[in-house]
Amino acid sequence: MDLLQASIKSVSDAVKEKKISAAEVTKFFLARTERLNPQLNAFIMMNENALAEAHAIDNKIQKGESVGPLAGVPFGIKDLLCTKGIRTTAASKILENFIPPYDATVVTRLKKAGAIITGKLNLDEFAMGSSNETSFYGKCKNPWNPDYVPGGSSGGSAAAQSARMTMGTIGTDTGGSIRQPANFCGIVGIKPTYGRVSRYGIVAYASSLDQAGPMVSTVEDAALTLEVICGKDEKDSTTSSKTTPAFSNNLTSNVKGMKIGLLKEYTGAGNLDVEVEKNYLNAIVELKKAGAEFLEVSVPLTEFAVPMYYLIAASEASSNLARYDGVKYGFRSKFNDLSSINLDAFYAQTRGEGFGAEVKRRIMLGTYCLSSGYYDAYYNKACQVRRLLREQYLEVFKKCDALLSPVTVSPAFKIGERVYDPLTMYLNDIFTTATNLAGLPGLSVPFGLSSSGLPIGIQLTGSHFEEQKILNIASALETASSVKGKVPLVY
Amino acid sequence: MIDQKTIEHIAKLARLKITSEEAVAYGEQLSKVLSHFQKISEINTDGVLPLVTPSEIEFFAREDEVKKEYTAQQMVANAPEKAGNLFKVPPVV
Repeated sequence: MDLLQASIKSVSDAVKEKKISAAEVTKFFLARTERLNPQLNAFIMMNENALAEAHAIDNKIQKGESVGPLAGVPFGIKDLLCTKGIRTTAASKILENFIPPYDATVVTRLKKAGAIITGKLNLDEFAMGSSNETSFYGKCKNPWNPDYVPGGSSGGSAAAQSARMTMGTIGTDTGGSIRQPANFCGIVGIKPTYGRVSRYGIVAYASSLDQAGPMVSTVEDAALTLEVICGKDEKDSTTSSKTTPAFSNNLTSNVKGMKIGLLKEYTGAGNLDVEVEKNYLNAIVELKKAGAEFLEVSVPLTEFAVPMYYLIAASEASSNLARYDGVKYGFRSKFNDLSSINLDAFYAQTRGEGFGAEVKRRIMLGTYCLSSGYYDAYYNKACQVRRLLREQYLEVFKKCDALLSPVTVSPAFKIGERVYDPLTMYLNDIFTTATNLAGLPGLSVPFGLSSSGLPIGIQLTGSHFEEQKILNIASALETASSVKGKVPLVY
Repeated sequence: MIDQKTIEHIAKLARLKITSEEAVAYGEQLSKVLSHFQKISEINTDGVLPLVTPSEIEFFAREDEVKKEYTAQQMVANAPEKAGNLFKVPPVV
């Protein structure tokens, strides 16, 4: 069996039919990780028990016990999700020694489905960034060209999947952190509707925006993985009790008669790279050939998505990250005499040393927006506009099944190329943040390659709980994709 | 423009010790970011309720049961400094 080409379902079926063992599959991907990871720095921690866990799945199968739909399938997990007994750092110094006593619900569900967790994946510190350059554990590189960033914040997930160090990965998306790196690394990434997937055990960045989702090689693998991780969780009161559809069984690339909207506001927005534009126009041509209909629609407030996003995300982050105080877990500054230090000074020193520059910047921004005298002008105002944005999207989805757009203005950029100016960096997120603000599902599917050989994807945004529609359109695009069958440089 | 006094006040509220170089940089960067973000003030939001979560809120209740999922030892296992089952901290009173 060619494990580099095989789908998650076919590997899991083969494991169940004893054509290949979970241990053999796991060994194969661990060996690839050992060979390729030093060039990419995608994995920052391995699960030492991975092989033993694979043997346990094989034993269950030998005994005729039932195993789940991901039996024996190796998964890498973004190091923002808690893994019982395996160090979980959020790529921050402040959590460098944290070993969670429990699994995130997403991890629990993967394990229950038979997946083998092979290790933890690199990210921007606390998921704050779009290049994986802010990780305390070093930069991660793009397998298509290691001089380039893999994107972020789920850069490790995208790089590991793209180089096939694993069969599947999990990322998280607060303002584009699944879709943007998936786009830069030529893989499929889906951010589910807010409330589809439990946030329990995921290190919180901005709680009203965060969602976890699959970052995998194909749309079919995305549909199957999504099915496993979705659903009500009593440990996260924002999860929806809606039944999870059989995304993978319902998957079709038939898009005949589907109505796809193109946002007027995105035309001419943000210095679109010519190759990204060409890729976008090609996607429209292919979908028209397949029978989809296109119409121009308008969500005027998307123009304000970036300010809204950063005001809300930074405010929530400043509150969420207040828990890192050097008391119960994580990093604590060295104090010669604990009994003589003032408590506030103790907190401030620990947090000042434990957080990186971008995290501190966002805590400062958020604290400012929530502080007395500024709350109404910034945080509250952004939340009011957010409601109006959501309403505008709901109107648009009365007319169309999904929206199609580029994911980012350009393909992956070079490591260290973007001179660090926070505002310029933030403004790169123009196509992805509105999705999170409105709580909509969104995905990125690879479709073309740039002249320098870097992947370019297409973003699809659906109405609430309509993941199936965007998966189906993505499946049609995947069939026509020129990235199909191509592999990255580091492989 | 956010002045240095404000930056120091914000850092104090956030319990963040920052260097004077960081304070200058954050002052400039936050001023630039916020002056750009100021444009949301153009939007009329009179009478609009703030949206704090994008999902439909469902009434969600469960039995309030005591579950012994962890031992005290497990709960203090990650503490940077501890004394028995207790977290060691500076004087708080």
